[in-house]
Amino acid sequence: MHTAFLMGNEAIALGALAAGVNLVCGYPGTPSTEVLETVAKNRPEGVYVEWSVNEKTAMEMAAGASYSGARVLVTMKQMGLNVAADPLMCLEYIGVKGGVVVLVADDPGPISSQTEQDTRHFAAFSKVPCFDPSSAAEAYAMAQEAFAFSEQHGTPVFLRPTTRVSHGYAALEVKDPEEYEQHSPSGFEKDPGRWVIFPRLSFANHRKIEERNEDLSGLLCESPFNRMETGEDVPAPRKGLAAGGISYTYALEAREQLGGIPLLKVGVPFPFPEKLAVNFLRDLDEVLCLEELDPVIERNLIYICGKYGLKTHILGKQTGHMPRSGENTRDLVTDAVASFLGAPRKTETLPPPPPLPVRPPVLCAGCPHRASFYAVKQAMKGRKTIFCGDIGCYTLGNAKPLEMVDTCLCMGAGLGIAQAVNHLEPDRSCFAFVGDSTFFASALPGVVNAVYNQASFTLVVLDNSTTAMTGHQPHPGTGRTVMGQVVDKVSIENVLRGIGLTFVETVDPLKLTAAVDAVQRADAAPGVKAIIFRSPCIALSRPTGRAAVNPGKCIGCRKCIREIGCPALSFAEGKAVIDPGQCTGCTLCAQICPADAISGGEHHA
Amino acid sequence: MRKNIILCGVGGQGTVLASRLISAAAMARNIPVLSAETIGMAQRGGSVFSHLRMGEGIHSPMIARGEADLLLGFEPGETARMLPFLRPGGQVIVSSRPVTPVMAALSGEAYRAEPMLDYLKAQVPSLLVVDGERAMREVGSPRVLNLILLGAALQSGALGLTEADLLEAMQRLIPGKFYELNLRALRWAGENK
Ligand code: SF4
Ligand code: SF4
Repeated sequence: MHTAFLMGNEAIALGALAAGVNLVCGYPGTPSTEVLETVAKNRPEGVYVEWSVNEKTAMEMAAGASYSGARVLVTMKQMGLNVAADPLMCLEYIGVKGGVVVLVADDPGPISSQTEQDTRHFAAFSKVPCFDPSSAAEAYAMAQEAFAFSEQHGTPVFLRPTTRVSHGYAALEVKDPEEYEQHSPSGFEKDPGRWVIFPRLSFANHRKIEERNEDLSGLLCESPFNRMETGEDVPAPRKGLAAGGISYTYALEAREQLGGIPLLKVGVPFPFPEKLAVNFLRDLDEVLCLEELDPVIERNLIYICGKYGLKTHILGKQTGHMPRSGENTRDLVTDAVASFLGAPRKTETLPPPPPLPVRPPVLCAGCPHRASFYAVKQAMKGRKTIFCGDIGCYTLGNAKPLEMVDTCLCMGAGLGIAQAVNHLEPDRSCFAFVGDSTFFASALPGVVNAVYNQASFTLVVLDNSTTAMTGHQPHPGTGRTVMGQVVDKVSIENVLRGIGLTFVETVDPLKLTAAVDAVQRADAAPGVKAIIFRSPCIALSRPTGRAAVNPGKCIGCRKCIREIGCPALSFAEGKAVIDPGQCTGCTLCAQICPADAISGGEHHA
Repeated sequence: MRKNIILCGVGGQGTVLASRLISAAAMARNIPVLSAETIGMAQRGGSVFSHLRMGEGIHSPMIARGEADLLLGFEPGETARMLPFLRPGGQVIVSSRPVTPVMAALSGEAYRAEPMLDYLKAQVPSLLVVDGERAMREVGSPRVLNLILLGAALQSGALGLTEADLLEAMQRLIPGKFYELNLRALRWAGENK
């Protein structure tokens, strides 16, 4: 054993390695991404790791690996689970041979996601048991436990951290590689009665799954992850807390300040540890539930009260004692517990500060997406248009002054939206923007659909040769794998031409005139057209220089600031100023300055 | 020793490295550490923070209102935003250099550091203002504010760590070719009291 300072996600990765995981696959998504990256960085000989093209493929890989007796970890964020739902729902009915741990990171807030969906519901829906860690230390323990649990009970297992657990750091005692369990896959054995899903098999297995989960509910009452912490004797009404995930640690902190009332910790919310909960509730009059996202513990306790005829009042999100959305904080939980105990906290309030700066996230200085959006905007000025955006850094193209994202739904959705609008309004110029990683992950069916069904729209692929928003992962177009192999690039151009597109042009967006011209020609052409704006992510390529404003030449018109919104540009004493700490020398501002006042920098051709 | 430290600033200013250095230094002295960082969309120029907690018996990596012993502010407005977390009598160290939000640059309204700093001065008896602009110029890089502020925190004694603790952590976490630059940044505050 040794001590290491680890992020929750790193702890999960090391836990999986300690359990002898053989294959790890997934698709990047905040807050889950570091799990797979950490496995790749620390992987012992013989462990296979890949970034799969999307979560559905990753889940299918997991099935194949498990059929062969391998232990497998598949990683994604909660939105990705929707993409992987089809194979996972079926895999639960088929069952597993090698342990399958499905790491799904939920994102209360949401901080970096479209929805606040709760994987604990997905667990109940898919009938897949769910481990819900409250800290990095517990995540490390659960990651190891989950593989054996999966094999023992023949089911995939969810490991579901939330953002603060995934991205919280702690000093942890972890195993040395020599202490890792060794697990050798037995290999695939033909057994059609087991691996081929048919209605009759599903009928038989459905019953077995329900019975198994009932048994597990009992078994999990003994798990160290579910437990009761008894409290001091207090007069009636007798009150207690029930908590899961990071909120459990907030509850512990609140108890230290406010007194140690009984606390039920739910670390495995599905199958719910019913008997344990009954024992807990039996002696209490009121219980306050502390959890994020949906009231899962709360509803389970209400159900248990009904089932066992208990009179305990269950308070939480449904009774207005806790907020219905957003993440919990230490203060929110301490305030709620204090009020619950009848002694609301008094807080010292500071005088209000001066108006604080508003800082929505923005495209980085020098980001080539800014140039791409600006080129399309200029090319289509005055036309009737729709700009369908997608998920990634380029979602930030919605902000002022670009305002180039009219819609954003989920990965790949912009293609379907653009086509539908085109069918209904043939005179509107429809554009769908998609990143390079998203192109491979979820845009291809949309392109085929458009060609087949005779839609007319322009697909704009923003190709910066990386999956930038999640922290720069390689993908099929980059020619590198997460294991460091150099491989043939899958060519976006060839894929599109293969589908039948005839207008496919690749342009450097930082050459503004050529970029605008390409967009205008694409828009004028019939059918499905594609422009690939190719320029590397600025966070990965070294700045080639810095631009500077010549104050003698600057006429103070603010055009550079007003039109492109680069965070390196500001205005002081009647002149534009460039912050040398941020500027990457992309020259976009220089190309639009009417006074030729900006010089320096060169773009990365 | 039990210490709660908040680092706050704007995505891209290097708060994460500063937080990692403090944690690594504390760990090397066998002090338990928990921390939490902003990761994701906000790193693209949004408001970011790190919470860092050292000592025994801590359950959550997150710091509550009125609990921080030290607020290390990389930007005046962001520091004012996080002030409710400071405990009475806590130490604030802030860089005076404002980072203009794109929104302000666009709308043409001026964003100035002075009202923020005045507010901090009025609320915080032990406030240390670091001339971040000058420090970066003198150290010779626009990207070393994190080590400059860390050096100021070290000087103030509020970190509870020694320079030797931090140097050892820097050797482990900072690539060799940037080490000298970062060392100069760390020592700037000590040399410019
Ligand atoms: S050259 Fe202009 S647009 Fe490009 S990064 Fe520098 S200031 Fe921003
Ligand atoms: S566009 Fe040119 S002239 Fe106008 S404010 Fe910017 S630098 Fe000055």
